[in-house]
Amino acid sequence: MSNVPLLEVDDVSIEFRTRSGVVKALEDVSFTVAKGEIVGLVGESGSGKSVSAYAAMGILDAAGVVTKGRIAYQGMAINGAKERDLQALRGREMSMIFQSPRTALNPIRTVGRQIGDVLRRHGGATRQNWRERAIAALAQVRIPDPARRAEAYPFELSGGMCQRICIAMALACEPKLLIADEPTTGLDVTTQAAIMDLIANLCRARGMGALLITHDLHLAAESCDRIVVMHAGHVVETGPVQALFARPLHPYTASLLAATPSPDRSLDDIGAIPGNLPDLRAPLPPCRYRTRCQRALEVCDREPLPALVEGKKEGTQGAFGPLHPQPTANAAGQLRSGDGSAVAPGGTGGQNPPHPNHHTVRCWNPLRTEEAA
Amino acid sequence: MAERSRLELIGRRLLSAVPSVFGVVLVTFVLTRALPGDPAVYFAGMMADEASIAEVRQRLGLDRSWVEQFFAYVWNLLQGDLGRSLMTGRPVLTELAERLPASLELTFVALLFAIGVAVPLGVLAATRPDSWVDHLCRVVVTAGVSLPTFFTGLFLVYIFYFLLGWSPSPLGRLDFLYFPPPHVTGFYTIDSLLAGDFETFRAALNQLALPALTLGLFSLAPIARMTRASMLQTLSADFVRTARAMGLAGSTVLWTYAFRNALLPVITTLGMVFSFMLGANVLVERVFSWPGVGSFAVDALVASDYAAVQGFVLTMALLFVLVNLTIDIIYTLIDPRVGVEG
Repeated sequence: MSNVPLLEVDDVSIEFRTRSGVVKALEDVSFTVAKGEIVGLVGESGSGKSVSAYAAMGILDAAGVVTKGRIAYQGMAINGAKERDLQALRGREMSMIFQSPRTALNPIRTVGRQIGDVLRRHGGATRQNWRERAIAALAQVRIPDPARRAEAYPFELSGGMCQRICIAMALACEPKLLIADEPTTGLDVTTQAAIMDLIANLCRARGMGALLITHDLHLAAESCDRIVVMHAGHVVETGPVQALFARPLHPYTASLLAATPSPDRSLDDIGAIPGNLPDLRAPLPPCRYRTRCQRALEVCDREPLPALVEGKKEGTQGAFGPLHPQPTANAAGQLRSGDGSAVAPGGTGGQNPPHPNHHTVRCWNPLRTEEAA
Repeated sequence: MAERSRLELIGRRLLSAVPSVFGVVLVTFVLTRALPGDPAVYFAGMMADEASIAEVRQRLGLDRSWVEQFFAYVWNLLQGDLGRSLMTGRPVLTELAERLPASLELTFVALLFAIGVAVPLGVLAATRPDSWVDHLCRVVVTAGVSLPTFFTGLFLVYIFYFLLGWSPSPLGRLDFLYFPPPHVTGFYTIDSLLAGDFETFRAALNQLALPALTLGLFSLAPIARMTRASMLQTLSADFVRTARAMGLAGSTVLWTYAFRNALLPVITTLGMVFSFMLGANVLVERVFSWPGVGSFAVDALVASDYAAVQGFVLTMALLFVLVNLTIDIIYTLIDPRVGVEG
């Protein structure tokens, strides 16, 4: 049981059925969150980060359907589970904080009462003691004068304070998994840092797993153990935070990093990523980054996209080896990646399950170590 | 802190109603003076000559300046003197006091019926989009908007009185077999219950059913539409998503989180609907021979009974002010944000 990750998203595809067509929001998305680790989910707006989080919580919109794959919390399936079972899980085992904290709280209910609602539902608080329990929950996230704050309405508090309240509410019942959906967007920089410190410290102190959704790569680099990069509903690259930022393998990750401003880089050096996210309602190429990619090759139109793990694969000459056995092994034998090294078919694969700490990429023509430098 | 500021807010709302009331008095005064026709001629009668008309004019104070007349009017109002009705020869205040409870009883019962049907309908339609409840809601809203009250009234009379015979004859508040209950509130249903007279209560309710249904169907549409729209909006609000993400029970999310927030615009709508109903009353009371202020006002207008019309307009305007004041106060009680931004 100890090997079972807290959250497991395995080969999940999600579609939204809307009036203007079927939106293929996620395709073959896989990632895990283990106990005690903070995983960053990064990518542009619209890349499917929030949809992944909502699916993990089982709070997808009615129009959203999981068409393939499995989402599991500690081995228990989330997709397909009964709403009643999910309600028992949410708030107690896994909980979530959102961006724009001021609208995330009920405007006509005191924040203490809102935390009390969660505690009475999951934390065994009673009609008599919910108030003290809520104040205690506020004190845990180091809110000064918690007894007075508990009586306040959200509109009477600052955005940073509201986010602390949301964190207090999310953590009131000591969940094992926290999903934070852009928790610091719209807050000023000092508040951002304070909020992130708070989340990181609470995760470490409680051994809680966390999924941090952000488009801020600095923030991700500072707080996360591992990074999952998403683009247009695909996971394009995953890996430990140092390796991924030091040697990005996917062209998209490299462009994202090049587009990130930093103090020692002038504005002229910041490269915008050409093009836009593709229309997810239209027919899509196997690689959804194809039209924006400067390293695209003819082979990029082949299906399916390879899942490659960096280095250390015995019996291959190149820097990459396949992560999973390729379903089209006969075709894969003839494929060549951009630098001329063969991408070996995983004919003998299957005996070693991929380790989450491997640096993996889904691309026919990933950047080589020396190129990224 | 919160409690005292709320009381203060309510006090301020009450004070702010004073100018409205003064405005209402001023407008009714000017309005009746601006109406065509010379009251002195009417009061003097058909056969009066110039001299007697002038004498009547002097007796009524109509020869004095408007300012003097206005102060005299206000002075009389303060003493509860609304003048005398030409049609009945009785004080207008007595007439209105007798008839107002009939109108109010009808309006309140109709409003309760409308709320009782429209709010659940709107909530169900919003929680189950594109289900049969949603379609029913749409049909009811369209029908309620497009059918005029006198038509609905006559249609209901035709079905339930003429065809089915379930309802008593649509003539007034009580069948002639029954005596009105002793006067306490003026509402026959409540008074008969207070007197423990269930027989009369049932008779009064039977009599009330069709006109209240007519008026209720008319006011159902805006309430149902607003409830549905408002619920749809709060159900997709961020704080409802948070409540769901915290695993709160479905009923808590729906009622404590979504519905209470959705109520705010619904309450505003209720205020407007109540005002519309006071107007629609006039027609419904006509169709059902309901002895309310509406039918009295129509008769008074036809007979150029200015004191009565003036009294009616004043009463209605005061009711409007009262309704809006009540809505404001309810709002202050529900929404902690009221008065803070201002």
